[in-house]
Amino acid sequence: MLSLHLAQFNLPFQPEQASEFAKPYDDLFWATTGLTVFFTLVVVAMLTVFCIRYRHGRKADRSNQLTSHMMLEATWTVVPFVLGVFMFFWAAKLFVDQRVPPKDAMELYVIGKQWMWHIQHPNGVRENQQMHVPTGKPIKLIMISQDVIHSFFIPAFRIKQDVIPGRYTVQWFTATKPGKYAIFCAEYCGAKHSEMGGYVYVLSPAEYRAWLATGGEKVVAAKQTPVEIGKELWDRYRCQTCHVETDTVYGPSVHGLVGKTRKFTDGSSAVADREYIREAILDPYKRLNEGYGKTMPEYKGELNEEQVLALYEYIRSLGAPPTPSAPTVASASKSGSGGNL
Amino acid sequence: MSATVVGKAEVERPEPGPNYLTNGQTIASWLLTKDHKRIAMLYLISISVFFAIGGFAASLIRAELISPRGVMLESETYNRVFSLHGIVMVFFFLVPSIPATLGNFLVPMMVGARDLAFPRLNLLSWYIYVAGGILMILAMCMGGVDTGWTFYTPYSSLYSNSQVTLAVFAAFLAGFSSIFTGVNFIVTIHRMRAPGMTWFRLPLFVWAHYATSVIIILGTPVVAITLLMLFGERVLKLGFFSPELGGDPVLFQHLFWFYSHPAVYIMILPGMGVISELITCFSRRRIFGYEFVAFSTLAIAGLGFLVWGHHLFVSGQSMYQGMVFSIITFLVGVPSAIKVFNWATTIYKGSVRLQTPMLYALGFIGLFLIGGLTGLYLASMATDIMLTDTYFVVAHFHFVMVGGAVMAMMGGLHFWWPKITGRMYPDNWGKLSAAIIFIGFNLTFLPQFVVGYLGMPRRYHYYFLWPEFQPYHLLSTAGATVLAVGYLLPVCYLMWSLKYGKKAGDNPWGAKGLEWQTSSPPPTENFPVVPVVTEEAYNYDPELAEKEETLADKLEHGLEAKEDEK
Repeated sequence: MLSLHLAQFNLPFQPEQASEFAKPYDDLFWATTGLTVFFTLVVVAMLTVFCIRYRHGRKADRSNQLTSHMMLEATWTVVPFVLGVFMFFWAAKLFVDQRVPPKDAMELYVIGKQWMWHIQHPNGVRENQQMHVPTGKPIKLIMISQDVIHSFFIPAFRIKQDVIPGRYTVQWFTATKPGKYAIFCAEYCGAKHSEMGGYVYVLSPAEYRAWLATGGEKVVAAKQTPVEIGKELWDRYRCQTCHVETDTVYGPSVHGLVGKTRKFTDGSSAVADREYIREAILDPYKRLNEGYGKTMPEYKGELNEEQVLALYEYIRSLGAPPTPSAPTVASASKSGSGGNL
Repeated sequence: MSATVVGKAEVERPEPGPNYLTNGQTIASWLLTKDHKRIAMLYLISISVFFAIGGFAASLIRAELISPRGVMLESETYNRVFSLHGIVMVFFFLVPSIPATLGNFLVPMMVGARDLAFPRLNLLSWYIYVAGGILMILAMCMGGVDTGWTFYTPYSSLYSNSQVTLAVFAAFLAGFSSIFTGVNFIVTIHRMRAPGMTWFRLPLFVWAHYATSVIIILGTPVVAITLLMLFGERVLKLGFFSPELGGDPVLFQHLFWFYSHPAVYIMILPGMGVISELITCFSRRRIFGYEFVAFSTLAIAGLGFLVWGHHLFVSGQSMYQGMVFSIITFLVGVPSAIKVFNWATTIYKGSVRLQTPMLYALGFIGLFLIGGLTGLYLASMATDIMLTDTYFVVAHFHFVMVGGAVMAMMGGLHFWWPKITGRMYPDNWGKLSAAIIFIGFNLTFLPQFVVGYLGMPRRYHYYFLWPEFQPYHLLSTAGATVLAVGYLLPVCYLMWSLKYGKKAGDNPWGAKGLEWQTSSPPPTENFPVVPVVTEEAYNYDPELAEKEETLADKLEHGLEAKEDEK
């Protein structure tokens, strides 16, 4: 009844369901709503009935005053407890699904800056304040902020994740329904916070391929792939002076670096992933490689996040050094060439 | 402490001595007072001023949101307005609202003491509060703050070009005023209870203030340090929070919510204490499950410190960390449920008077219930992804803070008004305003749940990207207008009652509790003789109460008026 009524006046009561997350989230949402309405009605009924029945001046049995009852107390302690634990598991399960992207997901970079979303597709197509994605394909967003905290929010997909300066955050989705949906920044970020948004265009796989090929309408055509931009930066900043195909006294090699374990002067170690390589470029002395001194310039403030990502893609594309080493290097080189898709 | 004092003593009393209001008429006698009741009045006036400022900001916000492209403000201004609304309402209204006014007035009286343990500290706390408030107003006049009340870094520390430093310092100062109040309550409740006033004879209002004080003295120093760190990063460029300076932006959120989530309980627990007093008095029933209500208060205070991370599910905190915070958050729901069911059951077999304070109490239970239950959506990690930082959250915490804390404040004010001023206000006007506030409140905030679920982010000036949100904003703004009328009405009739209200006598409601056994307004020393307590709290007898006609009952039924005509 109510929903019908609302629909006539164009008052939607649920956002569109345009990703695989939408349905299970809405199930949980409406289950919680069911509980909320149920408990509200129970308490309101108790209040109403008692207030009417025992209103001053109304004849009623007021004898045998009860001021405590163990079973009643136990009931309204245990029932909410059990319901709470049940809902916790239900919700936590869905949350974990949302935080663990599948391995074969397509990777898009999202860079937030006051007050714009910048999206990079693997083949180098870039778009601002909008995002084109195909249906049916898991899409992983690797996100970082250039300045303050932002949050990448698409209600129709039921996804949201803060985009922080200084480190990458990730979220993923599989779009299901072609159409145009809102993208918002959900974390307050200054004067034009409410204008930091646009639309996600969900296309069928064929349409998406066509769009990618032409570079899309109103989108900067892909003149260079991220790897090519990275190569240009690599040359411009003369990285090859110290980082060559093998480790030298000036610097360790970056060939086949992605996935390798690095040892640091403080005795700790880490796997060289996107996060580590970003840090090693911008802030190389935070964790200095074992056997090296403080010779590299810090590129903090010199390179922006897009450039760092391009350098990462270039390093990933470099693959293994001539002398064969661990198998991870081979896979890294493979995924590097895959980046040209 | 017999129950028969009620009714008779108020008829004939020899010329009353000076009460706390008449004992000293100069301005200096107010500004230098050490009387907890006068300090409570100073606080009441100051928090009302801040409530008015915050309310004015709220009305500007609601006016702007009528249209997807705003109405009259620039975005820079709008951001300063909503920040002002949040900072003023949280730090300068909600935190001190009940404890510093009703708590200050009543805690000593309820335990049978002549004053708080440290009267000078109490006065100092008001001066610090006022100093903080003036700095805040100064910051506002110098251009305001645009960070929101949460001051998230690195926006607040390195990017904002507004009066962040001054505002942070103002909030820092205000924190000390609540610490002083908290210390005062704890010592008073431990050391100054009247003979016979055992812990389990304390009114639940006192338990609530005890728990609140514990949260205040454990939590407030943390936010003080956090604000100091923010100050250090902004002014001295010390790298705590900004990655550019080598800090971690999410660290600020952890530290901030470590205080600010418990602060929610600082705001709501005293309100729950008020409701326990109102429900028992207007049902003439001993509270159902006294120990359960008392211990659930302590449980909320304890668990409240372990849930801050539920604000950070999508902030980049570890998934497993989030799970721990999620489950503990669900557990906080349990003591809240215990309270609500015990209140509802208290009415069973009572002798129920639906006078103004009771209407507020019933409104509180309903709205707090919705506020609490909608917290489940946000404790659930999956639904939180969608709902956090949207109007759903805005609606949720307004149900708890306004529907809960402010309704309780209004209920408490109407209940103790005769005690505080010695005058009755017109009950019909009271009922009318309670109804208007209830309707206006729901009309304002229920649509916000829906528009939040649809995806409307909070702190948005424009929503032209998705104008479909508009109808809900229109409803909400209409509701806010009704709500404003509801808040203005009591100002009028309560002021009117100061001069024209019927004399209240000691105990117009027929209430138990030590504060009702002394004259209204009470003498400076509260009790002519220190009372000796011989019975449990809320020792009401509903069967007896059926036959009883208190002054409030007579006024309600118009008997008093008829007698006057004769």
